[in-house]
Amino acid sequence: MPKQMPPEYYQCLEELQAIDFVLVELSLYLNTHQNDLDAIRQFNETAKKSMQLKVEFEKKFGPLMNFGRSYSGHPWNVDDTPWPWQV
Amino acid sequence: MFYYEKKLQYPVRVSTCNPMLAKFLIEQYGGADGELAAALRYMNQRYSIPDKVIGLLNDIAMEEFSHLEMIATMIYKLTKDATPEMMKAAGLGDHYSVHDNALFYHNSSGVPWTAAYIQAKGDPIADLYEDIAAEEKARATYQWIIDLSDDPDLNDGLKFLREREIIHSLRFREAVEILKEEQGKKKFY
Amino acid sequence: MSSQFKYWEPYIGPFDPCKPIRVKSYSTPPQLYMNFQPAGLKQFTPKQALMHGTLWPQLYSPYPDPKKGGTKHA
Repeated sequence: MPKQMPPEYYQCLEELQAIDFVLVELSLYLNTHQNDLDAIRQFNETAKKSMQLKVEFEKKFGPLMNFGRSYSGHPWNVDDTPWPWQV
Repeated sequence: MFYYEKKLQYPVRVSTCNPMLAKFLIEQYGGADGELAAALRYMNQRYSIPDKVIGLLNDIAMEEFSHLEMIATMIYKLTKDATPEMMKAAGLGDHYSVHDNALFYHNSSGVPWTAAYIQAKGDPIADLYEDIAAEEKARATYQWIIDLSDDPDLNDGLKFLREREIIHSLRFREAVEILKEEQGKKKFY
Repeated sequence: MSSQFKYWEPYIGPFDPCKPIRVKSYSTPPQLYMNFQPAGLKQFTPKQALMHGTLWPQLYSPYPDPKKGGTKHA
């Protein structure tokens, strides 16, 4: 039986997707509202939250990003399954 | 340069193995108003658009690539392990004879993607109006696919993608407002 | 907030064999009415935002038309 991701993986992933989605929305908004200080503050706070969540996520489920934006385990696990379209 | 992040923008699910829905969905993969066309259109227009709106085109192009990956995931899941008989029954016999169950950049009718679907005129208003129209056409396509689909999990993801077209349309409309603003005058918004 | 769908009654000819759709509708989502988004709009929580596809409830557009019981045509 090949490895299956635990239910916790899906919960953590969705939490991350939600926070990162706020960052996408605020980014597009700020591109046309460059002086909205409240939105910029929210963006920076959310970016910090996202980075914290990613550290936690990677500890449990392995690296998220390639080309050195995440640390690898031993053996090399940057290319481990499952890929996003497989889960 | 680009980095890959090993996660989808939105949690994509499909309820059943259903190659016929995949056939409809492939319109948004390699069709005229699909996500590949959108991503490449904005990625290419960014080089000549005024500096004030480059960031917007760049970010929306990046998001479109994430949507392309979501659409691919939907098609992949709807056809994964579907037998040749199932592919044939779904109207994908001609697809199967060339591609097996591989994905390919063509539309629902099997017409391969072409750069003729997109434009870069160098005139920022012409380009942004094309972008607004492209978002509205993609929104309409999502509507008609939702109408054709009886898969609640698939429709959940499609509704997310339809809403994103609305937000992108609004941002491009705002970009037009920014570019047409009289220089030296106070902003009215 | 503006209505999200508009309705119209198409001409029905005496020699049209398909069962006529008496009222047709089309979508008029919020971006058509908000030329430039004002600052400080009310926001969804991150989880709600992801589920709706936008951070701002005022920009959310339902589909299919909830008033039509989930089908496109009347």
